[in-house]
Amino acid sequence: MPNIRFTEKPLSDWMRGEAADSEIVISSRVRIARNLQHLPFPILATNQQSEEALQRLTDILQYDDLGRFGTFHTLKISELDEIDKQVLVEKHLISPNLANESRNGAVLISDDESVSVMINEEDHLRIQCLYPGCQVREAWERATVIDDAFEAHVDYAFDDRRGFLTSCPTNVGTGMRASVMMHLPALVMTHQINRILSAVSQVGLTVRGIYGEGSEAVGNLFQVSNQITLGQTEAEIIENLHGVVLQIIEHERSARERLMNESMLRITDRVMRSFGILSYAAVLESKEAAQRLSDVRLGVDLGILERPSTAAMNELNVMTQPGFLQKSFGDKMNTGERDMYRAKLIRQKLGTTL
Amino acid sequence: MLCQECNKRPATLHFTKIVNGEKTEFHICETCAKEKGEMIPGTPNGFSIHSLLSGMLDFESSTKSQSPGHSGPQNLQCKDCGMTYAQFSKLGRFGCPSCYQYFDSRLDPLFKRVHGSTSHVGKVPVRTGGRLKVKRQIDDLKKEMQQHIVQEEFESAAELRDQIRKLEKEMIEE
Repeated sequence: MPNIRFTEKPLSDWMRGEAADSEIVISSRVRIARNLQHLPFPILATNQQSEEALQRLTDILQYDDLGRFGTFHTLKISELDEIDKQVLVEKHLISPNLANESRNGAVLISDDESVSVMINEEDHLRIQCLYPGCQVREAWERATVIDDAFEAHVDYAFDDRRGFLTSCPTNVGTGMRASVMMHLPALVMTHQINRILSAVSQVGLTVRGIYGEGSEAVGNLFQVSNQITLGQTEAEIIENLHGVVLQIIEHERSARERLMNESMLRITDRVMRSFGILSYAAVLESKEAAQRLSDVRLGVDLGILERPSTAAMNELNVMTQPGFLQKSFGDKMNTGERDMYRAKLIRQKLGTTL
Repeated sequence: MLCQECNKRPATLHFTKIVNGEKTEFHICETCAKEKGEMIPGTPNGFSIHSLLSGMLDFESSTKSQSPGHSGPQNLQCKDCGMTYAQFSKLGRFGCPSCYQYFDSRLDPLFKRVHGSTSHVGKVPVRTGGRLKVKRQIDDLKKEMQQHIVQEEFESAAELRDQIRKLEKEMIEE
């Protein structure tokens, strides 16, 4: 049986840390894509070739280089059941792509789940580092050291002119995607979000929903990341992203302040209603749960509510996802059952009993 | 408005597709959109970055390959993994690291459009990238030397010239 401790608890240890600006920035992530020389990319690799890539990359665990980032556990995707895979996606430890399509796919996860290394995803190697709050620089610093640890033992596909060669042309060069997940309810409420998002896209950044490509922003959560990977240094990309995120934080803060000054009663009412519904509803659809959780998070940040804590909110965001619900209550469920268990789980978490 | 595909469900997706300047409007329901694969961002099985890229690459080939006397880019093939440029345009992904070399003549416009740039200036592999690091160092020194020359600071320029020569010699000896 594979070690599936990572799917048992909703909140990764790294998420518990207190961090700067964490009332607005939930987490920072840096992912770097690398490939082995002389092997086709996973999309074309034969079973034997992808097995070879897996072997060569997991062999690196026997060296000490990665040890300082904790003990790593190897999970082979083919050995996981559907629900465990889904939970790993919901915790952002693997991508939906690795869960669904990968041949000889695997993930190496550090003890505290702050580092996850995907093997045979779109590229042979995808190193991902996660930090709470706005710590995109720190995430890059760690990712680059882990990158060096791998490179000490394998030859990467690298070209003087094009940089690190990746399967998709959108990742070539640095192979780096840095992203910051932000909770921006006040900018949404004051209808400023579209203006800000379009400004962001002017400076080589992009905004997506929380589960990456092709998903919508649920619960006012937005992921801001770099679009360009060629022609800029990693430091430039990180500084650009960091600078823009700081500005968005400022805009969100002043929008919150204005809401509190101009419509405190309305906001308080909205927060309290959402808290009431989460506390006593018997059925909750995922979209409504995400929206109500966003209101409650805002209420705690604004001092309207004393609880739940930020950690508890982060936990609820993961726990109310379909995969985790099925994991907690056992068995596959249809949508209706999930909506019922979602409501039950939130009531339990908020300590409401009737 | 009813979905133009099934004529049963209400159309919830409305979009305009422009192919070679020809404009077509679509009004379809989500179920039919999923089946047809004509999806928009924000939905599962959505319109992916790869399909977008593939559209750009097709455009590339249809405009440039018509010039007489040039073999079309569709004839390009990677000798390592066997992927053809036509396959690459369809998939929007390379087959192996060597594809970059075999399709090189076609890549600058693509990278320019996606990244606004065609050359890497970032991190270099620690163990195998030593040569490139020295090359970059030499380029930086040359730029600095030029500045000194413009400002008629010939002594400093000569010092830099010696440093450059030393580095170039080391590179050749390697």
